[in-house]
Amino acid sequence: MTLTLENVAKRVGADQHLDPLSLELQPGSFNVLLGRTLAGKTTLMRLMAGLDAPTSGRVLENGKDVTGASVRHRDVAMVYQQFINYPAMTVYENIASPLRRQGKDKAEIDAKVRRTAAMLRIDPFLQRLPAELSGGQQQRCAIARALVKGAGLLLLDEPLVNLDYKLREELRAELRDIFADGKTTVVYATTEPQEALILGGNVTVLHEGRMLQTGPTGAVFHAPASLECAAVFSDPPMNVVDAILTNDRVALTDGTSLPLSAHDRNLPAGPCRVGIRANNLTVLRRSERLVPIKGRVELSEISGSETFVHLRHGDSTLIAREEGVHSHPFGSEIQVYADPDRIFVFSTAGQLVAAPNWRRGALRNIA
Amino acid sequence: MDKVQDNRAWFLIIPVFLIVAFSAVLPLMTVVNYSVQEIFGPGQTFFVGTEWFESVLADDRLHDALVRQIIYSLAVLAIEIPFGILIALGMPGGRSARTSLTLVLLALPLLIPFNVVGTIWQIFGRGDIGLLGATFRAIGIDYNYTNNSAHAWMTVLVMDVWHWTSLVALLCYAGLQSIPPAFYQAAKIDGASKWAVFRYIQLPKMRGVLIIAVLLRFMDSFMIYTEPFVLTGGGPGNSTTFLSQYLTQMAVGQFDIGRAAAFSIIYFLIVLLFSFVFYTIITKTGEGEKK
Repeated sequence: MTLTLENVAKRVGADQHLDPLSLELQPGSFNVLLGRTLAGKTTLMRLMAGLDAPTSGRVLENGKDVTGASVRHRDVAMVYQQFINYPAMTVYENIASPLRRQGKDKAEIDAKVRRTAAMLRIDPFLQRLPAELSGGQQQRCAIARALVKGAGLLLLDEPLVNLDYKLREELRAELRDIFADGKTTVVYATTEPQEALILGGNVTVLHEGRMLQTGPTGAVFHAPASLECAAVFSDPPMNVVDAILTNDRVALTDGTSLPLSAHDRNLPAGPCRVGIRANNLTVLRRSERLVPIKGRVELSEISGSETFVHLRHGDSTLIAREEGVHSHPFGSEIQVYADPDRIFVFSTAGQLVAAPNWRRGALRNIA
Repeated sequence: MDKVQDNRAWFLIIPVFLIVAFSAVLPLMTVVNYSVQEIFGPGQTFFVGTEWFESVLADDRLHDALVRQIIYSLAVLAIEIPFGILIALGMPGGRSARTSLTLVLLALPLLIPFNVVGTIWQIFGRGDIGLLGATFRAIGIDYNYTNNSAHAWMTVLVMDVWHWTSLVALLCYAGLQSIPPAFYQAAKIDGASKWAVFRYIQLPKMRGVLIIAVLLRFMDSFMIYTEPFVLTGGGPGNSTTFLSQYLTQMAVGQFDIGRAAAFSIIYFLIVLLFSFVFYTIITKTGEGEKK
């Protein structure tokens, strides 16, 4: 379905939970809501589902106003952070429950339940109770229940957050294909930029109840409209340094100066702020054109098979990425290298002025 | 690590050994000892074998008391459990003054001692000075627990319901509060009816506390003594003479120690049997859900 939000806002008592925002979700599209905790993701989802009515604005399903309509009359399915299944029903009965309510005949229910269960790989456990499954399988059961309903709008509210790392990876990889059937409009809330990148589709970045930016996930990642948006959509957070732009160089406040590249040439001279993602600030000098920056190690954070080195540089802390697992002694001198082709230039007010060039295909490599 | 041998370790278990011996083993063995003897007085005892047990098992009054007891306990469960669930479902949730007030009001009957509950209802039901009795009389019902068996029986039952339904309600309330709100949201999105929410979410989630409630109320009502004792002393006739009542009459009233001891052991075995049955049911049902 096409879901249209027109200037919807939500206020609870004196708290503005969601500032007015407008959004249109195309039929069959995959939409990620990205934002930190308390950004308003769940509030927005509840408005989409019809669990809450917006304080102002309108919600339209396929052009029909459903603003005040109860959730019972909406065409919606939802998956939650917690694994929500009917505790006393078997997995089979759980998945069948929405179909039974729709009054489908037995053979159809059976076929659909088995097909959906197979898709989510829980077909061997159909006769078990949810509590007899692992966390990942319980969530698969909940997702199957939501899918089988065949609703026009499927909402997933951080469905993988309560799973351990391994299961999360596994299920995330499958989700993309499962939702690629084309009919259902999917909305997926997450706090992790990485997850948004892997899932792709469109992204809407939320921060403290405001919509910062919306668009195709790759486009938003490679050209975040503001520092705020870049901060939410970078993990670890983007390094930001004050700088002065001249006609051929950009001079960071500490004296380091980077040559201009294709994307930030011909910008008006003056003060600006420069953003560098951690993966473009490396410990290894991969090429001669990379510019060295010196600092003192504050922390080596090991994440999977890479290390993020936090270093003190002047007044600010920078985060650099290093391949492999390393540990640097606290306080030791370290030299990291910035790629002048990959810097973002923001105005002093934090609006994007220039973003590095990017290709559409480049997305997966970064993720 | 090498195994250390030190016989002084035996001293460490002496306190536990003594406490268990004096509080459980010795009294029980004393009763067993009594149950196989005819006792005329100190030093005048005769071994009678299983005679007491045979006479107790053949005792019609005991059979009546047992049947009365079982019907009473089942009636207590049949009223208090559904009633408690209903109250819990109707209670306000969240942290508000209303919630606190409801909880305090519900807890009040639980704080009142058994004999006080008996006395309250004894006075409450009197036709001359009791509000309940006088009201019945005023609307033309000849309510009198002192000479009408059914009235006495009902009064004891109502007393127990008044006293203990709160316990069931509080237990169920705790069970309901532990259900994450997301379950209700999910049910709402599924379009589930109120009955379906109760049947498929609330009831299964309350199962654990409900089993405890059933067990507590059954055991407790099976050993009821104080309320009928205060109200009518087991009467009129034998209408409210439950097992404890009958046992006390035998042991303290008639000083029939041997018979009472045999009865105690049988009573104990009955309670043990029911406990075992409940325990089995608890561990068997919902095995998959409780993990």
